[in-house]
Amino acid sequence: MDITDLTVHELMKKMSNKELSSEEVIKAYIDRIDEKEKDVKAFVTTLCDEALNTAREIDKKKNNGEKLSNLAGIPIGIKDNICTKGIKTTCSSKMLEDFISPYDATVVEKLNNENLIDLGKLNMDEFAMGASTEYSYFKKTSNPWNLNTVPGGSSGGSAAAVAANLVPWALGSDTGGSIRQPAAFCGVVGLKPTYGLVSRYGLVAFASSLDQIGPITKDVEDAAILLNIIAGHDEKDTTSYDIPKKDYTKALKNDVKGLKIGIPKEYFGEGINKEVKKKLEESIEIYKKLGAEVEEFSLDIADYALATYYIIACAEASSNLGRFDGIRYGHRTENYTNLRELFRNSRSEGFGPEVKRRIILGTYVLSSGYYDAYYKKAQQVRTLVKKEFDKAFEKYDILLTPTSPNVAFEIGTKSNNPLEMYLADICTVSVNIAGLPGISIPCGVNSDNMPIGMQLIGNKFEEEKILNVAYTFEQEYKFREKYKPNFSKK
Amino acid sequence: MADVSKEELLHIAKLADLNIKEDELDNYLSNLQDILNFANIVNNANTEGLEETIGENDKYNVFRKDEVKIFEDNKALLQNAKEQERNMFKIPKVIN
Amino acid sequence: MTDYEKVMGLEVHAELSTKTKIFCSCPTEFGGEPNTHTCPICMAMPGTLPVLNEKVVEYAVKAGLATNCEISRNSKNDRKNYFYPDLPKSYQISQFDKPLCEHGYIEIEDDEGNPKKIGITRIHIEEDAGKLNHNEFGGGSLVDLNRAGVPLIEIVSEPDLRSSGEVDRYLKKLKSILEYIEVSDCKMQEGSFRADVNVSVRKKGAKEFGTRTEMKNMNSFRAISRAIEYEADRQIEVIEDGGKIEQETLRWDDVSGKTFSMRDKEDAQDYRYFPEPDLVAIRLSDEYIENIRKNLPEMPEIRRERYLKEFKLSEKDARLLTDSKYLSNMFEAAEKICGNAKAVANWLLSDISRILNEKEQEPSDIPFTAEHLAKLVELIEKGTISSAIGKKVVEELFENPKNPEEIIKEKGWIQISDEGAIKEVVKNVLEANPQSVADYKAGKDRALGFLVGQAMKATKGKANPQMLNKMFLEELSK
Repeated sequence: MDITDLTVHELMKKMSNKELSSEEVIKAYIDRIDEKEKDVKAFVTTLCDEALNTAREIDKKKNNGEKLSNLAGIPIGIKDNICTKGIKTTCSSKMLEDFISPYDATVVEKLNNENLIDLGKLNMDEFAMGASTEYSYFKKTSNPWNLNTVPGGSSGGSAAAVAANLVPWALGSDTGGSIRQPAAFCGVVGLKPTYGLVSRYGLVAFASSLDQIGPITKDVEDAAILLNIIAGHDEKDTTSYDIPKKDYTKALKNDVKGLKIGIPKEYFGEGINKEVKKKLEESIEIYKKLGAEVEEFSLDIADYALATYYIIACAEASSNLGRFDGIRYGHRTENYTNLRELFRNSRSEGFGPEVKRRIILGTYVLSSGYYDAYYKKAQQVRTLVKKEFDKAFEKYDILLTPTSPNVAFEIGTKSNNPLEMYLADICTVSVNIAGLPGISIPCGVNSDNMPIGMQLIGNKFEEEKILNVAYTFEQEYKFREKYKPNFSKK
Repeated sequence: MADVSKEELLHIAKLADLNIKEDELDNYLSNLQDILNFANIVNNANTEGLEETIGENDKYNVFRKDEVKIFEDNKALLQNAKEQERNMFKIPKVIN
Repeated sequence: MTDYEKVMGLEVHAELSTKTKIFCSCPTEFGGEPNTHTCPICMAMPGTLPVLNEKVVEYAVKAGLATNCEISRNSKNDRKNYFYPDLPKSYQISQFDKPLCEHGYIEIEDDEGNPKKIGITRIHIEEDAGKLNHNEFGGGSLVDLNRAGVPLIEIVSEPDLRSSGEVDRYLKKLKSILEYIEVSDCKMQEGSFRADVNVSVRKKGAKEFGTRTEMKNMNSFRAISRAIEYEADRQIEVIEDGGKIEQETLRWDDVSGKTFSMRDKEDAQDYRYFPEPDLVAIRLSDEYIENIRKNLPEMPEIRRERYLKEFKLSEKDARLLTDSKYLSNMFEAAEKICGNAKAVANWLLSDISRILNEKEQEPSDIPFTAEHLAKLVELIEKGTISSAIGKKVVEELFENPKNPEEIIKEKGWIQISDEGAIKEVVKNVLEANPQSVADYKAGKDRALGFLVGQAMKATKGKANPQMLNKMFLEELSK
């Protein structure tokens, strides 16, 4: 038995019937990290020693008969833009290279309450700005399915670590696709919850009105389990919703009979890779076979949504990233004679080029004379996008699209062309713009054995529906039994 | 078509408190130009009579009670500052 | 010079007297070691989020209702972006196009004493910045964020003010209103009530406004008046010399009595306001607003009218008392105990106000209680002490506030009204001053005053003056 290949729900069973101790699990992961991390480079910070100590304490408590959560002693990886008290939170930026948060993010408190063990902080595009994890200041993470390709981004470290069995599951964050697209590229499950379902307190803000934290897991059941832990109202985040707590694992019914699935045809147009399209079409056939009603319809907002996304996200980012001024924390230049120079040089040295590019764009669209044409207009288009989705959900339970028009691309092929990189988000951003939940699950591989992701979009707070639809497909298709990453270098 | 001048770009960089070096100017300018040209798509959308969506539009009146809670770990709040003195953050002299 | 007219509009920032900051639960208390009234939120640590204090909304609505504003049913917060080391987030959460209150007014007297309405454009909520301290030793400046996030309301007036006198009355009226509704301490010294003044000048009768300048950094009412006079004269001079006024922000320097330009022109501000995505909208129901309106306290004008009727005070005394809520509250409380409205008003408006002026303090700084004041009035009424001793008691109350009875006992200030004791003093004084006795008998009435004075001196002012007079007359007529 390879412990690190088990899903979390499998681990839970083996740990509750004492087949496995937390120490054995953590040790297996440490061995795996020792073996594979040099190829994958998923971590910014590993916490192996600390994790092992915690595991031993938890085992002791369990042996003493203390009542702990079913998840106690199971490891997890955390994207490095989620604040962890006493442990570096770098956002993969030179700016925060040494930053130690004075507090835990709300989601981290929730993980701690379950006695989950933090195995490390995972690599990402700097400040979550990117779609390949190539914009990390520290390292470029590799896709375990082909080490020469990117894992996607910005939660590339999280997705690659889960795919490579370096962690059983991980937290990511998704502003325009940053959970779903890397999940698709790495052949794992990534869920972006409804805006407001999970507290953002302690998530270093990129775009406040779009950011959500969510699970990246080996399978759908694990995603439901992790969502159970992190979802819920938080009085520290006024945009978080006060709705009754749900058990998302109960939604996994393995049944889609009579369910109405809408296929927005614009997402299957000319920009989409042929092999990706073919796999998606096969998946649609599977759903039909399983008894779902599938219908094509028009949702002509993809281009608008992407443009709107870049305007809004960059505008908010330009303001959110102003606090990095070299005074209270973060990189401080050594080269200054006055306050202006301290600000400008600290920021210019601390931020990478993509971050600066987006700050410039965001500042531009908010500046006087351009606000109405870009920012205000984008906010109106946002309303339009929401309305279009509202209309779609009057007819359909769920919408099905590719997660990305392509499979993982080769490292270094897009990082110099920002606009092309932005276009990689075309399938995912509209979900953030409308604040909806979306999940990406693997639906096959292409001829190069690279995973292809399918995105299922639900109406607000209908996580249960998309989890069930994803689960039903997963049970039928059995992706994990058919395909494994092989750490090849092609 | 957006048409951004070098002067405008430098003004924006100043507002954002960022330096752009002479040899980076052209690159930033063409990137910004490209993205703005793309972003202009929003102007093709028919948004007549539509309200703006500001993040969370379905929620309102989320308030906090006026009750004091002291953050105890004061040390942790200052531990990341590169220069400090007497529990304050040190900066170059500011003339008011 | 006289054919010019000054035009002023004011932006007043008042710190709200909530217990906690506007977006976090840190205390707003003044003072404290640097950076100890802080938390990850007001220090703008990465990942933190604001949560609006419900009292801030309530206080702002109160202020709006008390200044006859319309209260917005639908309001929101916006970010105002600029870099400054006292602004840790690099943006101030404020309100841009949907302030909580709009279109109000308050009534003042113009220079001729006629009533005049001054328009209130808007009142909005926002957060205060931190403080920069100069480092005397190491050079450089030091940032203290204890004040960062203290709630403010900004009250913007229309350009309706035409003299420094009007400005002064407007500010005092506004301060008085905010004190009455108990939303702000309004202490200029501590910076909890600050005014920026927009000044322009124009030829009398002109329809268009001149170009305005904005003045900051005035720390007293006097400084505001001086700054306005200085700046208006400067502008007139520039115009008379054929120059043009630049729209700019100026800093008042109280020592030199001059204004100085604050920012260089190329640093033109562009605040890039946009709606704050971390906060949700504020929607106020009619019920909420009416509930606040119903619970507004008695406002100064109403109270003044009541004083005229109920206590038969003079128009002037009633106004002076009611200008300050603290003073008039003390008046009412003391009156209730001793029942002598006239005497209580006199003490408050003469000796007590004089001492406050000398100390540059405000009525709220009075260290003693209404009970103390009432006791003082009673002691004089009963003849236990004279008014002259009363003045000394008031001085003592400021230094060492306690029951006046104890003060006079400790100090031995009790009036001597014992006939035997006074007879003794009179006898001694007469014996010691035979010349004055002779003068009096020779018809020089003034000599009596001298003798009474000598007796007062001998008793350190404690002898009952009426009894002294009476007894001297008796003895001298023997």
